Amino acid sequence: LQVALFITCYNDTLFPETGKAVVRVLERLGHTVVFPAGQTCCGQMHWNTGYQAEALPLLSRFVAQFKDAEAVVVPSSSCVAMMRDHYPMMAEQIGDPGLIAEVAALLPRVWEFSELLTKKLGLEDVGAYFPHRVTYHASCHGLRSLHLGDGPMKLLGSVRGIQLVPLAGLEQCCGFGGTFAIKNAEVSSAMLAEKVQAVLQTQAELCTACDNSCLMHIEGSLHRQRTGVRTLHLAEILAGDAE
Amino acid sequence: MSVITFDPTRVPTFQVAAKDLLGDSQLRKNVRHATGVIQNKRAIVVGEMPDWQELRESGRQIKKHTLEHLDYYLEQFERNCTAAGGHVHWARDAADARAIAIDLVRQSGSDEVIKIKSMTTEEIGLNTALEAVGLNAYETDLAELIIQLGHDLPSHIVVPALHKNRQQIREIFMREMNLPNLGEAPQDLAEAARTFLREKFLRVKTGVSGANFLIAETGGVVVTESEGNGRMCLTLPETLITIAGIEKVIPRFQDLEVFLQLLPRSATGERMNPYNSIWTGVHESDGPRAFHVILMDNSRTNVLADEEARQTLYCIRCAACQNVCPVYRQTGGHAYGSVYAGPIGAILTPQLLQLEHGQSLPYASSLCGACYEVCPVKINIPEVLIHLRHKVVEQDTKGIGVLNPENLAMKTMAMIFRSETRFRAAQRLGRMGEAPLVNKEGWVTWLPGLLGGWTQVRDLHSMPKQTFREWFEERGKA
Repeated sequence: LQVALFITCYNDTLFPETGKAVVRVLERLGHTVVFPAGQTCCGQMHWNTGYQAEALPLLSRFVAQFKDAEAVVVPSSSCVAMMRDHYPMMAEQIGDPGLIAEVAALLPRVWEFSELLTKKLGLEDVGAYFPHRVTYHASCHGLRSLHLGDGPMKLLGSVRGIQLVPLAGLEQCCGFGGTFAIKNAEVSSAMLAEKVQAVLQTQAELCTACDNSCLMHIEGSLHRQRTGVRTLHLAEILAGDAE
Repeated sequence: MSVITFDPTRVPTFQVAAKDLLGDSQLRKNVRHATGVIQNKRAIVVGEMPDWQELRESGRQIKKHTLEHLDYYLEQFERNCTAAGGHVHWARDAADARAIAIDLVRQSGSDEVIKIKSMTTEEIGLNTALEAVGLNAYETDLAELIIQLGHDLPSHIVVPALHKNRQQIREIFMREMNLPNLGEAPQDLAEAARTFLREKFLRVKTGVSGANFLIAETGGVVVTESEGNGRMCLTLPETLITIAGIEKVIPRFQDLEVFLQLLPRSATGERMNPYNSIWTGVHESDGPRAFHVILMDNSRTNVLADEEARQTLYCIRCAACQNVCPVYRQTGGHAYGSVYAGPIGAILTPQLLQLEHGQSLPYASSLCGACYEVCPVKINIPEVLIHLRHKVVEQDTKGIGVLNPENLAMKTMAMIFRSETRFRAAQRLGRMGEAPLVNKEGWVTWLPGLLGGWTQVRDLHSMPKQTFREWFEERGKA
């Protein structure tokens, strides 16, 4: 399979290791990864904050970059949710019949990273080795929009050496919510405090998820409190192969 | 009895109110506990329904259909209610509804009323209005009674006193009912309320209610409740006045099959409401001699006119979204500055108040989607929140508003994302720009301006030396 990687703007800038891990896992499984150079951002931040007009051109850009891809992989559940939940409606708003058709044809080929492995490729064991105590946070968009279910847990469960600990309050939001974390910083902090408490209770070394935006939020508090607990994208755990 | 209400011209923004409430550890403990209990009860009784998703879809479709033909069903209701001996009154807004209600109470010859728990009367501040003209209102729902006696405001749609625990309620009863020796067992509190209310039920000749549903086909009105106090108010008084939002109408009696399954399971985690009262007009030698229903718009037609936000009116006031909301769970209901708190309040209040005072509410959500997942009539609350945010942005960026820092930042970011070259340049500039803020360990612990909210309690790791795309290209060349 030739997989086009949409890295997303914040992974590109802040979490390049996640992208490298996606490439490593897919290549190890015998697939080819390409990177359309003109890609930037899916438009989620603008759309969700109310800047609709600013988000529309980003949809057109994404479609132009990826419309010929055999499969698109995105290591961010919230960006995939943005596309699935809003791109069809946004294309209608733009009102270009060609674009509407292209969006409809492209979206079924867009996969969140864990989904690509479990649903498209039908895999659970991707040959990873990661000898650490890990807990998994189900990001809201992955949980409620993409319905990832136990897919990520199955992938993690097949990793050799891993000690997987369930996280209490799995369905609770970590309080990130994009600009919510800044606009309602205090409430967001209160939500984060509960999440971090749950993470610490697992006594895990690492908290993982399918979305670095939640992890950046959780990491921000874990580091501020000097807990020594780190966060790591699911792809980086699945890339572990130092056996 | 002094009454207070939310004054939309004076309530602080959500951010400001929330900040205060987060410091109230008793309130937060009460809210966490109570929402947790109801949430678990709901999960159990919803889980046992094999056709729950189909029921939700039916509920949504019935509401959608009715609202698309609202004029037809309202007139049908008016005809049938009138034919059964009821009197139908139309109120354009809250002031209209209050004036009509005051008139009707005076006509009834009573200077006091007993009330069934009703969100609509809370919405229009009826108790304050009645008191201002010398008419006394007694809340008979236990939680509403606690709020009224405590000179407090409701914080939850179904359980208005959810933010109070048993000890606090006992203190209110001891003080307001003059019961210095009141015990603290639930039976003691219930007995005190029973004694207090029974005297009112037997004495007061006029009742005021809201409505859960209005049945167009029969002209009937439906009220569901758990305590039976509502049934007292509906049957004992000589005059009954019902105030209902126009969105409460449903086409047929048969439609209750859907809603009387959805509502109790979603609201209180009960399979069926203990008391379901349905009455149609008046009947000789049974129930009130005079029945009036006030059908109130109060901005609902504006909501109806907005196609993307219209689904807000599907709401059957079950409060499942409040119980499951991680934001409400932290702040409780008062932060929302309205009788409609939580996710439904965050979309309903700004629309009822034409966005003027509710601008902060559409942002009082992390868009986690838990509300949409539990909503019995499938209101896509996150979508409506985003739609309302868009309206706020349109309003805020008009004229001099183009210069507000958020708008400038958003426009700049959008400009950057529209070009790969500009995006690369911004990534390089970002690395240079953040350098003075990065500490020796490679972390940012302080950010200026709008971003400062992040670093209040969170660090941010510094930008890596190489972006992913730089790595990918370098790798291709090797």
